[in-house]
Amino acid sequence: MHDKTIAELAADLRDGKVSSVELTGHYLRRIESLDNRLNSLITVTAEQALETARAADAARARGEAGPLTGVPIVHKDIFCTDGVRTSCGSRMLDNFISPYDAGVVERFKAAGCPVLGKTNMDEFAMGSSNETSYYGPVNNPWDTQRVPGGSSGGSAAAVAARLAPGATGTDTGGSIRQPAALTGITGLKPTYGRVSRWGMIAFASSLDQGGPMARTAEDCGLMLNVMAGFDERDSTSLERPAEDFNARLNTTLKGLRIGLPREFFGEGMDPGVARVIDEAIDFYKKLGAEFVEVALPHSGLSVPVYYVVAPAECSSNLARFDGVRYGYRCEDPKDLMDLYMRSRGEGFGPEVQRRIMVGTYALSAGYFDAYYLKAQKIRRLIADDFRQAFEQVDVILAPTTPTTAFRLGEKTADPVTMYLSDVYTIAVNLAGLPAMSLPAGFSQGLPVGMQLIGNYFDEARLLGVAHQYQLGTEWHQMAPAGFE
Amino acid sequence: MSLSQEQVKKIAHLARLNVREEDLDTYARTLSDILDFVEQMEGVDTEGVEPMAHPLALSQRLRADAPTEPDRRAHFQRIAPAVEDGLYLVPRVIE
Amino acid sequence: MEWETVIGLEIHAQLSTKSKIFSGASTAYGAEPNTQACAVDLGLPGVLPVLNREAVGMAVRFGLAIGAPIAPRSIFARKNYFYPDLPKGYQISQYELPVVGRGQVEIELEDGESRTIGVTRAHLEEDAGKSLHEDYHGMTGVDLNRAGTPLLEIVSEPDMRSAREAVAYMKKIHALVRYLEICDGNMQEGSFRCDANVSVRRKGTEKFGTRAEIKNLNSFRFLERAINFEVERQIDILEGGGAVVQETRLFDPDKGETRSMRSKEEANDYRYFPDPDLLPLDIEPAFIEQVRGSLPELPDEKKHRFMSDHGLSAYDAGVLTASREMAEYFEQVAAAVEGQAKLAANWVMGELAGALNREGREITDSPVSAEALGGLLRRIQDNTISGKIAKEVFEAMWAGEGDADQVIEHKGLKQITDTGAIEQVIDQVIADNPSQLEQYRSGKDKLFGFFVGQVMKRTGGKANPAQVNDLLKQKLS
Repeated sequence: MHDKTIAELAADLRDGKVSSVELTGHYLRRIESLDNRLNSLITVTAEQALETARAADAARARGEAGPLTGVPIVHKDIFCTDGVRTSCGSRMLDNFISPYDAGVVERFKAAGCPVLGKTNMDEFAMGSSNETSYYGPVNNPWDTQRVPGGSSGGSAAAVAARLAPGATGTDTGGSIRQPAALTGITGLKPTYGRVSRWGMIAFASSLDQGGPMARTAEDCGLMLNVMAGFDERDSTSLERPAEDFNARLNTTLKGLRIGLPREFFGEGMDPGVARVIDEAIDFYKKLGAEFVEVALPHSGLSVPVYYVVAPAECSSNLARFDGVRYGYRCEDPKDLMDLYMRSRGEGFGPEVQRRIMVGTYALSAGYFDAYYLKAQKIRRLIADDFRQAFEQVDVILAPTTPTTAFRLGEKTADPVTMYLSDVYTIAVNLAGLPAMSLPAGFSQGLPVGMQLIGNYFDEARLLGVAHQYQLGTEWHQMAPAGFE
Repeated sequence: MSLSQEQVKKIAHLARLNVREEDLDTYARTLSDILDFVEQMEGVDTEGVEPMAHPLALSQRLRADAPTEPDRRAHFQRIAPAVEDGLYLVPRVIE
Repeated sequence: MEWETVIGLEIHAQLSTKSKIFSGASTAYGAEPNTQACAVDLGLPGVLPVLNREAVGMAVRFGLAIGAPIAPRSIFARKNYFYPDLPKGYQISQYELPVVGRGQVEIELEDGESRTIGVTRAHLEEDAGKSLHEDYHGMTGVDLNRAGTPLLEIVSEPDMRSAREAVAYMKKIHALVRYLEICDGNMQEGSFRCDANVSVRRKGTEKFGTRAEIKNLNSFRFLERAINFEVERQIDILEGGGAVVQETRLFDPDKGETRSMRSKEEANDYRYFPDPDLLPLDIEPAFIEQVRGSLPELPDEKKHRFMSDHGLSAYDAGVLTASREMAEYFEQVAAAVEGQAKLAANWVMGELAGALNREGREITDSPVSAEALGGLLRRIQDNTISGKIAKEVFEAMWAGEGDADQVIEHKGLKQITDTGAIEQVIDQVIADNPSQLEQYRSGKDKLFGFFVGQVMKRTGGKANPAQVNDLLKQKLS
């Protein structure tokens, strides 16, 4: 049952082959027996999930079921869930029972999807390995000595290990695509503004974007159909007509112009990754796609730009965690300053503190122009590079990550090395473009992800390009040993 | 760009983060590494480039002026560390 | 040594929207603590701001009223600092690109002169909550009802040279925001308050002295007293050979002095940057024109119209247009006594203002309505009563004894204009005072007044004074 995709499960539910209660119970049992090897979930919400499942079955019986009614999912613990702990992977919010639902959570509720639990993540989504979580690291199901990537590491591991057919994630600098690549699943970061940020705990507001993580492109499209849409509570939410993101799954790729950015194929890329990507290019050629080399000359600066912009925004976004209205408060503060200093000093982990400090510094008097303003200018140059590239091509293809999953602890001592694992994903966030990662093969037994980057609002085309690949390949069907 | 422990202390204070003495050295080293790393930006000619604060060139949407939020004090204060008479309590503020 | 005072004001006017600037919580004053603080106002994780259209419209109204350009694009920025009444750890404000650009207002001084004061800019921002320092077991209580209330911060040029000018300017802005109906102007409730930047310099020098910023002044009187104290303090320091320290100070109304606010003295580094949760505010010309079309007549326009239409002095016109309500009241009274606007002005600024002042009432809850006062003045105009009797009638009207005609009728105050009746009284008075008559006729002109007084006394003040004069002159000659 758990080897089926969301599309297949939805069909089985529709055809009465299985009930949502059975399906939900099955996944809950898998979580109970297998997640001790992964630590992919921070909170399991079995009772609520079964309750939703019963309601979903009842709705179906009344003929009121939607496309995903009854399909269980998991939410990244960055999405606020009314009445359920929403920790954001932090000690700061370990005691935070959210008093409201995120826009994305409301939408999945309305769609009738039982929520199995909240997934582990890097603290406040700051990390590329899921090792900064207050709840401990998540293990990669392909090799439990290795990281699943981050920050949506729990969501990625849960989907890869078939503990849930789909998960929500968020992507600020690669946090959906990088873990999707490292765990062999499919993940989509939509155009900035597609998915409401209401109730999605902010890391870097101008970069954060929620998106689906599942095993196939088709499943990501089904989930995106639920997730995306205008939300008047989010000033940056896009007002666009409703769209079926799976409308172009079967569009032929003949004549499709695919761009290869030469900057993404340089040194630093693991040869095993390079080989897999080459094979994918050959595959697309066979489907009739044309390849064009494109230049993204400023993309090499995306990591430094990102590590100014994101920390600057986070230093301000995380100022609300002060021990006054909710969240962690230190013991016996002796005065107001002590309350702030210790609540924040004890409530946040080292990586979060490091980024807050970088951001505080970059915005402070005398440094603003050299760091923040400079970064925002280069950010425009990076976005302009993409604009020009998309005048020549329909989609851009690149590796998602330079290497496969690394070992736990391998990069924790050196933040900059860790940051460079997002070298291929970050530029997309700076520009606000949609992009996805899909499994394209293996290198030494570990999954390799291929990244497809689309023009603004071009999710449907991206999903079609990915789906055509998945029709002809089996990488997305591979299950890690022990989790089949 | 190398940050001293003193500078780290100052930044940490501005950000209201209580950094333990024994961690100052690590922070000074890693923060300096990060600042060194981002200094690559310096070499880029950005003359005349307009800073980009948002991915999409859109305008702020305006909301109708109507009170829509009911009183949910009890609900919101259930998760508060310290409240009395409906007020959030903090250590004495001196002006 | 002669010193010159330099003052600039930052006025915070709470905009009278129904909901907050970035959330749908109510802005009504006086609710139970934290019952009007919604998820956005509390800064819960994941919440986001959406801008209130009305707040923007109100800022535009103000901008147009002071002749300032409205920015086609303005930006909201975050001002970062930690304080318990600031839930998000930053205040959403406007920094580099404010919605209202440079404008000006005219102030009237008591010597009848006018001065122009420059307004540097006005920008939209959110108010903070309130810290209540009553003792909660040695703790401070925080009420966030006010957090997120829209504010228009109106920043002046350092154009004022005395506390009186500063007060006149603040009053002018106060009148303006109330004319525009964008702020209720209630200073007790903190809807209208200001920070004053005060410095002194030697007369004749160009360079500004070091300034102190006096925070949170919420009455015109406090503003005046605080500035006067601060000027003295700074001059004392400078004359003693010392240097003024740039700092934030607080006015203590009980002691009548300003003191340093040490809590705010920590190096302020607000780390402003554009708020990534809000997009640029683009204001279309059509929106501006729509607002322009809805503007009422503004105080200065009204003032100049009062001067030209009613022949009032600049000072009178300034006083009468100080508030929209006062101006409306005056215009109603003036309409009742056409051609005698000065009479109307004198009564509104004299008897009426005096009575209101005595009882601490606003003109809007005056027991004598504009219509009733107009009725009274009409009776002076048509000689039914004298100006002196009118004061008596006014007192009775104030006490609720009816309208002017009722009071005149009831008290029998109708003026005697019957020549025969007046002559009769005069004859009696002359007959009863032969010695005074003799003295008068022998050249003691001053006694004329005595005869007038006697006649008025015997008629209970009701005789028409002009007629009494004329008839007495005839009879005594």
